[in-house]
Amino acid sequence: MFRQARYDEPTLFELSREGRIGVLMDVPWDMGGGGGLQLDAGLLREDLKLPEISQVGVIRHYTRLSQMNWGVDSGTYPLGSCTMKYNPRLNEDMSSDDRVQLIHPWQDVSTVQGALKLMSRLEWMLCALTGMSRFSLQPAAGANGELAGCLMIRKYHRDAGDLKRDEMIVPDTAHGTNPASASMAGFKVVEMPTGSDGEIDLELLKGALSERTAGMMMTNPNTLGIFESNVTKISEAVHSAGGIMYYDGANLQGMLGMSRPGDLGFDIVHLNLHKTFSTPHGGGGPGSGPVGATAKLEGYLPVPLVSRNGGSYYWDYDVPHSIGKVRGGGGSFPILVRAYCYILSMGLEGLKSSCAAAVLNTNYFAKKVEGIRGLNVAYPSRLKKHEVVVSAEEMARETGVTALDLSKALLERGIHAPTIYFPQRVKQALMFEFADSESKEEIDRCVASLMEISEAAYSEPQQLKGAPSTTSRKRLDEVRANHPRTMRLSFRHKPSADL
Amino acid sequence: MIKHPYIPNTASFGEMLSEIGASGAEDLFVDLPRRSFSADPVPAMPMGEAGVEAELSGILSDVAMHGYLNFVGGGPWRHFIPSAIKHIISRGEFLTSYTPYQPEISQGMLQALFEYQSMVCELYEMDVSNASMYDLATAAAEAALLCARVTGRKEFIIPESLPWERKSVIRNYTEPQGIRLLEVRYSRENGWTDMEDLKQKAGTATAGVYIESPTYFGTIDPGMRAAADLAHDAGALMVAGADPLSLGLIKPPGSLGADIAVGDGQPLGIPPAFGGNSLGIFACRGEQRLLRQMPGRIVGMTEETGGGARGYVLALATREQHIRRGKATSNICTNESLLAVAAAAYMALMGREGIKGVSSRILKRTTYAKRRVAEEGLEVRFPGASFRDFVVDFGDPRVEARVRAELLRDGILGGRPLKSDGIGIPGGSVFAVTELHQEAQIDRLAVALRAALRRAG
Repeated sequence: MFRQARYDEPTLFELSREGRIGVLMDVPWDMGGGGGLQLDAGLLREDLKLPEISQVGVIRHYTRLSQMNWGVDSGTYPLGSCTMKYNPRLNEDMSSDDRVQLIHPWQDVSTVQGALKLMSRLEWMLCALTGMSRFSLQPAAGANGELAGCLMIRKYHRDAGDLKRDEMIVPDTAHGTNPASASMAGFKVVEMPTGSDGEIDLELLKGALSERTAGMMMTNPNTLGIFESNVTKISEAVHSAGGIMYYDGANLQGMLGMSRPGDLGFDIVHLNLHKTFSTPHGGGGPGSGPVGATAKLEGYLPVPLVSRNGGSYYWDYDVPHSIGKVRGGGGSFPILVRAYCYILSMGLEGLKSSCAAAVLNTNYFAKKVEGIRGLNVAYPSRLKKHEVVVSAEEMARETGVTALDLSKALLERGIHAPTIYFPQRVKQALMFEFADSESKEEIDRCVASLMEISEAAYSEPQQLKGAPSTTSRKRLDEVRANHPRTMRLSFRHKPSADL
Repeated sequence: MIKHPYIPNTASFGEMLSEIGASGAEDLFVDLPRRSFSADPVPAMPMGEAGVEAELSGILSDVAMHGYLNFVGGGPWRHFIPSAIKHIISRGEFLTSYTPYQPEISQGMLQALFEYQSMVCELYEMDVSNASMYDLATAAAEAALLCARVTGRKEFIIPESLPWERKSVIRNYTEPQGIRLLEVRYSRENGWTDMEDLKQKAGTATAGVYIESPTYFGTIDPGMRAAADLAHDAGALMVAGADPLSLGLIKPPGSLGADIAVGDGQPLGIPPAFGGNSLGIFACRGEQRLLRQMPGRIVGMTEETGGGARGYVLALATREQHIRRGKATSNICTNESLLAVAAAAYMALMGREGIKGVSSRILKRTTYAKRRVAEEGLEVRFPGASFRDFVVDFGDPRVEARVRAELLRDGILGGRPLKSDGIGIPGGSVFAVTELHQEAQIDRLAVALRAALRRAG
């Protein structure tokens, strides 16, 4: 039976005892009297209140915290649209090399040729896998890559004197980052409703296109796990209206190595290396969201690119229409190293197998879920790609057990919950993605758990409202946390009496 | 299908295919338009583990790091990193988890981030911190957006002395929102904010004023409080950028009138990694109008429903893109969580004495380095206190480049050139010393600089 560690672990501030230290510093060397402080007393800080804890105390604290956390290493993590792949340990070792971790972006390029070469090779690999002509490895995460892409579209139209193109078309099934990124880049978001087949309605889209259309952001396969079969027609329509096609690579897993966005008419692509290319999610970062473009738009990519002059690599700022920068630095280098190692470890055949396994896992799961009372696969007649959305609407209506309750009941059984209540157009949505890492046995266990939960919902629904009880905490009061006083607990803000 | 250690189901493929009534893998992709392509340079077949190691070993052999003395300034920096940190953030339960959307099973990451927020608040003397942004540049840019949303105004004042890349990021985030950036001059005498210029520029259109101290030049600007007063008199918000390690010794933004504090957490136990490891610190005062407009994830403390044990959850999610979509306060989703945990572990291990000790070592060594370099006859810009970074002006960008090349030949990685920043010191570069530099190493830099300048000039 599953049981997660449950500690009443104090905060670091509560663990603090005056006079303890966690690490021994070198004795400061003598400044020969000349190194004295040149600081006005008025600039000096009076006190600094940080915890004082021994080294073993710190290690035990974080060890206990880690035992109260769930990762891919712990077990099934079918969080839809997040592609929770196994994170190969080889790549952890490769990226922890001093020559990866300790080099400086501004040191002379002659001393870091290997690092630049690795970035350059990774760039060409990503180009080959997506059909783009150049990639900037700079963006810090998917959303940062989206912003870069949107800014490129904005500048492209402005440079052409086309100032009225202020609309970005985004399907209603898109991840929230798409409309948010488009807005940040100054666009008005035009949301396209999804048709009854789970795809963008081509005729509706055509009606929405105009001389105000800047572009369209598309996730394919979409968040319903369905491949947009009209994609090339959509690209043609958007292009003939003068718009740019943007590919959100969050779901590339569903067509990795099989089809390439560039061959489907996309002009700009961002990838999530922490999804499709197996780099660890780290509890929500650091990630990496490289942005690529076809020849038409590569001149707008963020600088610097990594280019080659004869035998030597250099940071290339000579990108004619570049938007500039979307973050400091040239990219999440240790993440890039991991992704590079991953691609080598897979090869094209391995990447295709990864895609096929993810797609098979999804369809296998969807087929098994079909028979479970109260649950319905959204768009059941459609072949799924990397993920599938299951609706618990029927169950909620008949028993009062909601998608939220279901997800907590999965936690109870030692399976991480799927993404819930998204996409919004499916009521009581549960979005499952097993990626390529889950075995048949794990998927069967997830199905069996759902079946068990369904039976409980139709016999003792109240019992499910109490779940989870086997995790580190029982269900938590999320409303209570929305006050500034609850966002920090330190020497200045002690726990209040009612916490 | 090929056998692969990362893909367990290649062994169950046939069985699973027949369960869904498919005859082959091709059936799974009948809906995809397929076109053959050349995947080069992606290898056709998987490379074994030893092969990948050999490949990496080969490519990294062309990275020369050992044997060089590193004085590159302007960030990121090499600081002392306690060994325990790597072991803490390598724990698989942290490393391989995602954003803690399901709090009951993700308490460890949530509490670790909550503690990060708490310590950031102590360090900066602010009330609320988020769980991280990408880096300082994007944190400052998001602060500008927040100021504009809260005040309804469309001008944001930034220091003239910011590096080009930070300005570019801020411009990219603000320009589409119709926010105008104004640059406040720095005094050529001391590198500090020119208060007269700020008085001219701050007015009824100003949404916010952004000042950094220590500055890009390393100078410690005593004008932060005065700038905050000017900003507030104009009805604008004050955004203070501060290096977290400087705050062991220097007055924190919260005590100098800042409404929002930003910084880069990389110095807190995080290796520079070719500029690829950054951690945007973002904190603000505990006012509802600021809090409701904050970007990014925030972890809050709560308890089990109906009363029970203390627990942690993501708070105020209605600000965020996955709920609010196009009207969210930011598009940020994945941030720098694991590095925030690293920074928290660093602060916990170093503790109050450790951070104060590092702060004062850096301040003293910077003072020493500036004096030694000046003694060797070079022009060190800006008298007064500096933290970690300092500017040496060679007068001419060509001379600066030649000096840098000479230093390299001497085994020294020299300053970051200021030429492309376009901020008035084209022939200068930014050097840095940290608590890792020994007296003899600083002496060696000073002497080498003199020799290099003689050869280059």
